[in-house]
Amino acid sequence: MKHKTFFWFFLPTASAMLLFIALPIFSIVIQSLFTPHDAVIIVTENCDPFGCKQETTIDQEATRDLKKSEPLGKFVGLEIYKDRGHLAVNEIKEIWVESNNFAEFRNNIGNLPFYRAMAFTLTFTFTVTPLMLVFGFIIALAVNSLHQNLKGLTIFFSLLPMIVSPLIGSLVLFWMIDSRGIIGEALQYVFEDPDLSLKASTGLTWVMLIVYGVWHAAPFSFVVFYAGLQTLPMDTIESAKIDGASRLQQVWYVVIPHLMPLITFVALMQLMDNFRVFEPIVGFSAEAHAQSLSWFIFNDLGGETRLLSSAATSSVLTIIGVSILLFPVLIRTWCDFNEKSAK
Amino acid sequence: MINHSLKLPISLKVSISIFIVFWLIIAAFPFIWTLWGSFKIEADFFSKADWMNALFAPRTIAEKGGAFTGDGYYGAWVQENFWQAVINTTLVCFFVVGTSLTIGTLGGYALSRSSYKYTFWLLITALIFRAMPPITLVAGYLLPFYEWNLWGHLATTVIVLVAINQPFTLWMLHSFFQKIPKELDESAKVDGCTQFQAFRHVIIPVMWPGVITTGLFSFLLAYNDFAITSMLLSQNNQTMMPKIASFMGTTQTEGNVMFAVAAVVSTTAPLFIMVMFFQRQIVSGLTAGAVKG
Repeated sequence: MKHKTFFWFFLPTASAMLLFIALPIFSIVIQSLFTPHDAVIIVTENCDPFGCKQETTIDQEATRDLKKSEPLGKFVGLEIYKDRGHLAVNEIKEIWVESNNFAEFRNNIGNLPFYRAMAFTLTFTFTVTPLMLVFGFIIALAVNSLHQNLKGLTIFFSLLPMIVSPLIGSLVLFWMIDSRGIIGEALQYVFEDPDLSLKASTGLTWVMLIVYGVWHAAPFSFVVFYAGLQTLPMDTIESAKIDGASRLQQVWYVVIPHLMPLITFVALMQLMDNFRVFEPIVGFSAEAHAQSLSWFIFNDLGGETRLLSSAATSSVLTIIGVSILLFPVLIRTWCDFNEKSAK
Repeated sequence: MINHSLKLPISLKVSISIFIVFWLIIAAFPFIWTLWGSFKIEADFFSKADWMNALFAPRTIAEKGGAFTGDGYYGAWVQENFWQAVINTTLVCFFVVGTSLTIGTLGGYALSRSSYKYTFWLLITALIFRAMPPITLVAGYLLPFYEWNLWGHLATTVIVLVAINQPFTLWMLHSFFQKIPKELDESAKVDGCTQFQAFRHVIIPVMWPGVITTGLFSFLLAYNDFAITSMLLSQNNQTMMPKIASFMGTTQTEGNVMFAVAAVVSTTAPLFIMVMFFQRQIVSGLTAGAVKG
């Protein structure tokens, strides 16, 4: 295809992505370096027979002018990155000096909002991803040995947790684990603790969110692995059997190596997707105990005062995090491409 | 593994069946339970006294005269104007799917037919964009949207969702178009067609399976989005997801929870039907990306 034809074919989609993805990324980087103007304050001295009083008023006009002339606000460089709500550089130095041992240091850092969100996001990402891989793999193996007629039905029901919006899925589960809901009451009965509530403790909230994450993501790995199982080389399995491999050994030495490319694919995709975990926290109303980076941004943007600079800074930091996770994906795509063009 | 099901030892067979039943319960029971409970009143669905109340609904019978009540649905759809959100979602989904497929097919087709190196870099860029969490972009939208009075409108949200959707659409359609033999449009071009005419008369008739699959995923993205819609739409223009979230926000007063339950069931029902009809396409779409990488 000629360059010119390509250009016209590609123009609409390219302009959409430039305007609404590339430009906003650029814009948040700029925004994160500025902070809103302080109001211009005039101090006037009012004197009456009883003495003089200093009065401060906001000069509305000057404030407006200032905002108009520099709509981005005041340039502060990396100050917002260093403040308490983000990387908290000074606080960390203090904590480092004051803490006696590493455990104390870690606990104190846990009190800083950004690091708390970071801790949850990373824990979520790196527990949900392996668990969903294992769980999805087991479901795929089990479904694969089912009778043909049952497979379609099983796949239908298995798709449901993945296809519904995370917000809906988490709400549905949230109502069931409510202390007055069916699972909540069952847990109270099992643990013989009538006051047990999953919402009350940080640990249990995290477990709840992780269980939700696996429930939501397992169908994806199941479907992909199931498709992979259909292309299993039967003669290799046969020969493994003749050599006396047990079922477990067949799975370990033949099936898993065969599925390895798919496993890496699902794992890499899931690392990126789990890193943006957000809706479940809204659905489970879990923000008191678990905050993710995305929720952190959402919180800054919502409400009466939209803290754009702060949200932009968190966004940039989140994007840096995503980029680190993205790196292996890019390397893999690069290798794939080179392999193909070498052929 | 495939044709050995008959030879499986009985113990393994039993444990597999138990596991499958266990998984099906985990996957489907929450939805069935919520569907059932949406026809009860709150005192039954959230019963402190006895979980069996949700099944036999003594309070619902006492208050409403029957074991089933549509009060939650009436409250959500009529009292709280959920129908408005349904219309908004329909509009958003329709235009997002339409637009992103139109510009996506053009772009994906071009990517699959050009052999220059830059197609690779464009695909890599798309992959990087695909990895960006949508919420991180919102801070970049708000200032200009306020400035030019674009904030709050459905049209703005549609365009933003289309753009966010593009990287994924491009990758998917690119791999579908690569499966269509190049000789088809080459021969049309030999016969004197321009590239666009070749696309229009030769490729469009055979591209539908791939386009439908991609369209399903675009639909899901627009339908399920919460981060963008909740930030960019005004109160009147809210789609279903932010609307449901706002039910949760308006304090858990008596009955209001049941509005949310009814709204959640109403939102899930279309997805159910979609999976029923398009199960094969969804599965093939999920695996297409995987097999191709």
